[in-house]
This record gives sequence, C-alpha cells and structure tokens, in this order.
Amino acid sequence: MSEVSSEGGGGGKHKGGKPKGKKSSTHIDMTPMVDLAFLLLTFFMLTTSFSKPKIMQIIMPEKPKDTTQQKKINQDDVMNLLVGPKDRLFYYVGLHFDQVESTTYGVDGIQKILMDPKYKTNPRFMVLIKATPDSKYKNIVNMFDIMRITDTRLYALVDITDKEKELITKTPETK
Amino acid sequence: MPRIKPKRSTPRLDMTPMVDLAFLLVTFFMLTTKFRPEEPVPVDIPASESKMTLPDLHIMTVTVSNDGRVFLDVQQKGIRLGWAQKLNEQFKLGLNEDEINTFSNLSSFGVPMGQLKGYLDLSGSERKAFKQTGIPIDSATNQLGDYILYARLAAENNLNIAIKGDRDANYETVRKVIKIVQDKPNGINNFNLITTLAAGPPK
Repeated sequence: MSEVSSEGGGGGKHKGGKPKGKKSSTHIDMTPMVDLAFLLLTFFMLTTSFSKPKIMQIIMPEKPKDTTQQKKINQDDVMNLLVGPKDRLFYYVGLHFDQVESTTYGVDGIQKILMDPKYKTNPRFMVLIKATPDSKYKNIVNMFDIMRITDTRLYALVDITDKEKELITKTPETK
Repeated sequence: MPRIKPKRSTPRLDMTPMVDLAFLLVTFFMLTTKFRPEEPVPVDIPASESKMTLPDLHIMTVTVSNDGRVFLDVQQKGIRLGWAQKLNEQFKLGLNEDEINTFSNLSSFGVPMGQLKGYLDLSGSERKAFKQTGIPIDSATNQLGDYILYARLAAENNLNIAIKGDRDANYETVRKVIKIVQDKPNGINNFNLITTLAAGPPK
C-alpha cells in the first residue's frame, strides 16, 4: 500500500551545499482506487439502461359504422369536460347543459370531483373530453393523465359543439 | 536538541490510472450509445405521470411543433428504403438511387411531397438550414395520411404510431393529426403520446 520511503528519491529541489536532512517522499499506490472505479463502472454497466422516452397509451373508440347502432346513454352517466384556452377547465353532467361549472386541474379541482363515490360506483360512468381548437396540447395530455390517476375507465376524446365553444368564450375569467 | 524537520518534497502523482480510466469510459460510450437523431425543430414535451416506456422497434414518430408543423420519422433504415421506393412509385416523385439512399439515412423530416426531391438534393448543412414547412394536414392536401400509409406498407403493417407534441402546440393541429391517423385508409385507433415523467400531481 502506501509507503513513506526515506531515501532521497522523488522530486524536490536539490539545494547544493547545505547539509540535507533525511528527505522523505510519499508514494501513494493507486491500485485500490482504480479497482473501486472499475467495480463501480461494471456495476452501472450491468444494472442500468439508457432512459427511453415515456409514453401514454391512448386507445380511441372505433368509429361506429352505423349511427343508429349507438347505445342510448343515460343522462346521469355522462360527465363532459370542456378544455379551454389559458388552462381553463369546465364540466357539466348530463347530455344538455344550461351552465357549466369551472374548475382547475389540480388535486382539489377536477381530480377531487372525479373521485366522488357516486361516479366511482357507477359502472356505466363515462367522461367525454372536449377541447376548443385554441387550447393547448399539454391540457389534453393532462386530462388523459388525470383519467389514469383517478382510475376512470371509460372516457373518450370527442369534438366540441359550437354551443359549448360559445359558452367558453362568453364565460369571463374568474382569476 | 532541535528536531530537524524533514525537507518536504513536492508530492508527485502518477496519472497513469486516471488516463486508463478515461480511455475506458470513452470506449464504453463509443460502443454502447447511438447518436441522438437530429431534430429539425426543438420540441418541449408535456409531462405526465405515465411510466410506460416507448417500445424500441417499429415506431413512427409524428412530431407536432408549437407552431403547428408536422414532421415524420421512422428510425429503421430498411423500412425507410422501402418507404421511399413506394412513395416514388405511387406519386411519381422522380427520385433517383442517391436520393432514396439519402432519405433512408435521414431522421425526422417535414416537407410536402412536391418538395421532397429538392430537399434530398441539398447537402447536409443546407438541409439543416432549410426551413421545413411541415407536412400538409388540411383536408384538401392530406399528405400526412399518404405518408403514413406507405410507411406502414413498407413496414408490413408492423408500425406503432407515437405522437410527440410540443406542450404549447395548438390542440387543433393535434386533433387533425389524430383524425388523419384514425380515418381511412389508415384506421389506427391505438397510438402513443410521448411524455416526460412528472413527479407528483400535474399542475
């Protein structure tokens, strides 16, 4: 391992003339350090993989071949989520609406609403996600993510109606 | 008697192991990584808590930039060769051998079919400087659908679609892309959205 030799080897200026005392030089043996480095390297080589980009799997409903075959949807089983510009979010339950409730993407906004037992226990509960053309892609990704977090099984991305678009533009921003 | 202090000599370090290690690391990275494919436009991916990773093989990436341009990318060179040949046949693009080879070595691209020959004729640095207008997705000139169809034919229907959108891309563009993927002749209802991993609840 390390040793301290007391012979006059190694560096150091040679001062001629003066009587020199015992020169000692330190030689550090690097072998353990290199061993450790190799060990760490091998460990990481064998245990890690380069990070691949993550994905969200989306399965869209098939387009119905015949529109008359669409099942009847019950009023109470449907929640419509309207995604608007500037990160705004509205929702209403049922097939028709007079006004919409506004909410946020956070944990105590839409996520809390979706975790409500009356939706959780309903096996036919479904969510229709509608977005205005000027909303951002990240809002949609956020919605899909929230579906996954709240364990909502039935949801679909559908086209927004003109009436809904109008309503969103007319509702003033509350912040 | 005063103790004679031993004269200190400057410590010398033998750098050999460090150099060895440096070469080892360099060799390791040379052998295990691939160059990141050049992207025509930087895309800021949205975050989600999904932890599923992208399957490595047979993916076609549809990139949507924040200004609404659409780019396509397939990594496998073999599929790209077949793709270029089919596009050439079907749409009479007039591509020669060299241009088809250039195409098979490219990564993400976004030019309408009319401009493809011109784009492939440019040199590497000219291509990087070229402002790609994106693949047309309006209903009048739906070239995205055609591009995707022939890529799938070249891959013998073994291709997964992954959409890589910028987080501030307008939803309208993404909606059109999804609709084109779902419509005939492609009719794909399962695809993936590429996201980065977010910690905790999304904002």
